[in-house]
Amino acid sequence: MSFRLSYRADPGNPWFSWQYVRDNSDTILAAVREHASLTVRAVLIAALVALPLAVAAYWFRRLAGPILALTGVLYTIPSLALFAFLAPYLGIGAITVLSVVVLYALLVIVRNAIAGLNQVPPEVREAAEGMGYGRWGRLFRIELPLALPGILTGLRLATVSTVALVTVGVVIGRGGLGQLIFAGFQNNFYKAQIMTGTLLCVLLALVLDLLIAGVGRLVAPWLRRGRAA
Amino acid sequence: MNPVEAALVWLNDPLNWTNPGGILDRLGEHLSMSAAAVALGCLVAWPIGLWLGHTGRGGGLVVLVANITLAVPTLALLTILPLTFLGFGRPAVVVALAVFAVPPLLANAYTGVRQADPEARDAARGMGFSGWQLLRRVELPLAVPYLAAGFRTASVQVVATAALASFVNGGGLGQIIRAGFGLDIAAGGGQILAGGVLVAGLAVLVELVLALVERLVTPRPLRPVRRRAARRAADAVAGG
Repeated sequence: MSFRLSYRADPGNPWFSWQYVRDNSDTILAAVREHASLTVRAVLIAALVALPLAVAAYWFRRLAGPILALTGVLYTIPSLALFAFLAPYLGIGAITVLSVVVLYALLVIVRNAIAGLNQVPPEVREAAEGMGYGRWGRLFRIELPLALPGILTGLRLATVSTVALVTVGVVIGRGGLGQLIFAGFQNNFYKAQIMTGTLLCVLLALVLDLLIAGVGRLVAPWLRRGRAA
Repeated sequence: MNPVEAALVWLNDPLNWTNPGGILDRLGEHLSMSAAAVALGCLVAWPIGLWLGHTGRGGGLVVLVANITLAVPTLALLTILPLTFLGFGRPAVVVALAVFAVPPLLANAYTGVRQADPEARDAARGMGFSGWQLLRRVELPLAVPYLAAGFRTASVQVVATAALASFVNGGGLGQIIRAGFGLDIAAGGGQILAGGVLVAGLAVLVELVLALVERLVTPRPLRPVRRRAARRAADAVAGG
């Protein structure tokens, strides 16, 4: 107990310190850069895989059940266990972290995209068919644009959770900002370092989230009114 | 020896199960801290969620809480909380895990009360029920499927997250994986893989058992909509 009180009162260990940020700006920037690049790459790869999967599940109803079940089971598996499954084969490196976060992002995007596609009203689909749209034309001109809210929600959720998930990469030494947090914990519980890493993580998630929301507004101006994310 | 064989060898060593800090010890730690965290989460989230649902206000708050906790890394909470008044040890870990149990519990409690048939609510009012009686005798029973769905989601998430407690030496099955990584990938590959199987297996098992419990506690008349209810509540958690 006395140990606890003694370090808590320690004025040399503040929760936040500009001095620390100034002195270590190189390390901090490198961590932010690694974190951001891992997140962006993961979400891009996940989106490229997830959208065709969602369309497949939408076109072939029989595939929807297995795809949803598989993503459900995968989502139950803890991230640390996924690291444990992949690391012995992929080794210690960015590729392992990337694979794990891509898998989770994939699940979120697939589920939301399927939900979005299923929300397309049947009348609209029939009208498009009546106007002579083929399967692909209907998909690109009608169904995907109408499913955009679901797809965008999926992308935003996937991005935010990926930012948080990348920190688990510290288990193999590639956690981006998580590395900062963890090092702070090990350096005699240096609070300023932990706090800086945490705040930057949350900030990064917020910035990326707003960025996607902004891009969504640009490509789909019709969503602007009456939609709460 | 490839990692799978090494994992089998590691799992087949009885001492790895019964040693101090072996699988059985870690399993006990894992389950006890998960249970404490879920209980704490229920204690906080259910009353608030039910009350917000009853008054019909605070829907935005529920979504906000879900979004914020989504963005905060588990690792951050696990490292920050021991440095506050909670101190090192079990309480800090349990509180950190409970934070991640709150959003699904809160969202499902809120949605569960909100979705109660307005006609049933009006009928109860007409019978002279007070606000408290209405909540206790009409809305709460109708919300049971949602509460159960939220409990399952929260529990599975906590059991999964508890593996990360090993980062701050909080115990649990994650400790086995961490120890394996500490050895080196060549020497510890089997142990890493074995730990992963244990952690994943526990999460899936909890999911299956609670799915059964969810089915049992849901009154028969409410069962047909159960699936849809669970999905709708999941959407509420996801903020969709």
